[in-house]
Amino acid sequence: MEYMLLICGDESAAAHAADGCDGWADEMAARGVLRDGAGLRPPSDATTVRRRAGEVLLTDGPFAETREQIGGFCLIECADLDEAVEVAGRHPAAAYGTIEIRPVLRP
Amino acid sequence: MTGAAEVRRAVDAAFRDEWGQVLATVIGLTGDWELAEECVQDAFARALERWERDGVPRRPGAWLTTTARRRALDRLRRDAAGAAKLRRIVPEGDAEDVPDDRLRLMFTCCHPALAMDARVALTLRTLAGLTTAEIARAFLVSEDTMSKRLTRAKRKIRDAGVPYRVPPAHLLPERLPGVLAVLYLLFTRGYAASAGDALVRRDLSAEAVRLARVLSGLLPREPEAAGLLALMLLHDARRDARLDAAGDLVLLEDQDRSRWDAAAVAEGVAVLRAARREARPGPYQVQAEIAACHATARKAAETDWPRIAALYDRLAVFVPTPVVALNRAVAVGMAEGPERGLALLDGLDDRLPGYHLLPATRADLLRRLGRAAEAAAAYREALALAPTEPERRFLARRIAEIE
Repeated sequence: MEYMLLICGDESAAAHAADGCDGWADEMAARGVLRDGAGLRPPSDATTVRRRAGEVLLTDGPFAETREQIGGFCLIECADLDEAVEVAGRHPAAAYGTIEIRPVLRP
Repeated sequence: MTGAAEVRRAVDAAFRDEWGQVLATVIGLTGDWELAEECVQDAFARALERWERDGVPRRPGAWLTTTARRRALDRLRRDAAGAAKLRRIVPEGDAEDVPDDRLRLMFTCCHPALAMDARVALTLRTLAGLTTAEIARAFLVSEDTMSKRLTRAKRKIRDAGVPYRVPPAHLLPERLPGVLAVLYLLFTRGYAASAGDALVRRDLSAEAVRLARVLSGLLPREPEAAGLLALMLLHDARRDARLDAAGDLVLLEDQDRSRWDAAAVAEGVAVLRAARREARPGPYQVQAEIAACHATARKAAETDWPRIAALYDRLAVFVPTPVVALNRAVAVGMAEGPERGLALLDGLDDRLPGYHLLPATRADLLRRLGRAAEAAAAYREALALAPTEPERRFLARRIAEIE
């Protein structure tokens, strides 16, 4: 099964932005688990887009002003949720932020 | 031909004993919870008519499994999307030697990725065979709410890839406590004197005991599973003596011990003794040891309080909560005198705000020290916080006695 790991954290997580997760990424790639992934620039660099009645509307900032923001993502392929939990639990960001595991929907 | 009443009894017995196992097997074969549930229900409905014509089969569980599996195969054949699932189903044969899948079902129902209320509901629906309406009644929510909760949980199991398996050995230590917690919650929910009608509560406790028996039977090397079963049996043995004819609470020390279920006590003690041989103690075993101390004392005055106090010390290592600290204070108060118990209550107020048993315990210790005015004040404090009517009546009686 395919899962998206959404790496979330509050403002303090920004301090870890340049940490990388090389050891984890290398190991998961070697295991055939990691498909893709990247860190994201901070929410202050975000632009939000909607189209309503044919008109494209832009907003400066993220789609929701919450304390926790998405700071990165990883696309993984696992046997089941238990393996995805094990993989996410070993991601370095799990030690300071929160990781949301979402099953990927492909029609 | 077999009499209708006899068949009815056989089907009821099979439902009680086999539902969980038959459903677990069919889920294991099809991987589809909704389909499996419908097919198992259907198999029980068929049993009513077939058994009347052909007689009750020698092994009702095997008959039901075979029938439910055939039904699932038929349904999947007719369904194009079912073709993929069909490949996973083992070739048809009779179900004489189906493996016991209930353990897989238990671990999946109690998976930590599901919310606690969903785990409890799913366990009752799939393993115990309670209807959605019955579960809703037991948890004081509408049938619609409970139905949505169950549907959502089953959908998450399917869509989020919650595995249908017993966790591998390295995951078992972290996953087994979750299963035990669900069963214990079921039991205490049924045992508590607070909410819901008495009959439903008794059913919940009985189901919890039954499932704990299945679990410890399937995991004979896990002494905490046996510890939980022993704990339930030893508590349940005292159920009928806890309330008097008027529905008032009877304290442990005042209970008529001849009304305790001696067979349940004996079984609980035996199960606990067997668990001890594994030499891996845990919180459920220690709590069962405490319950056994109470249950085997012939009269209240013969209770081995020093041993109980020592057991609470051990329990506090596994479960360092203020409620355990409170119970330890009670035991020390009995073993070494109320003054020592009272000293141990210091500092618990901040950790147990609004918990009526803290002032009630303090009141009892003060009463035994002869400090009547302080005791009455503490009883009044407890009275204002007590959540159930029998407890309020008990505290009111105490206040009246003192004054």
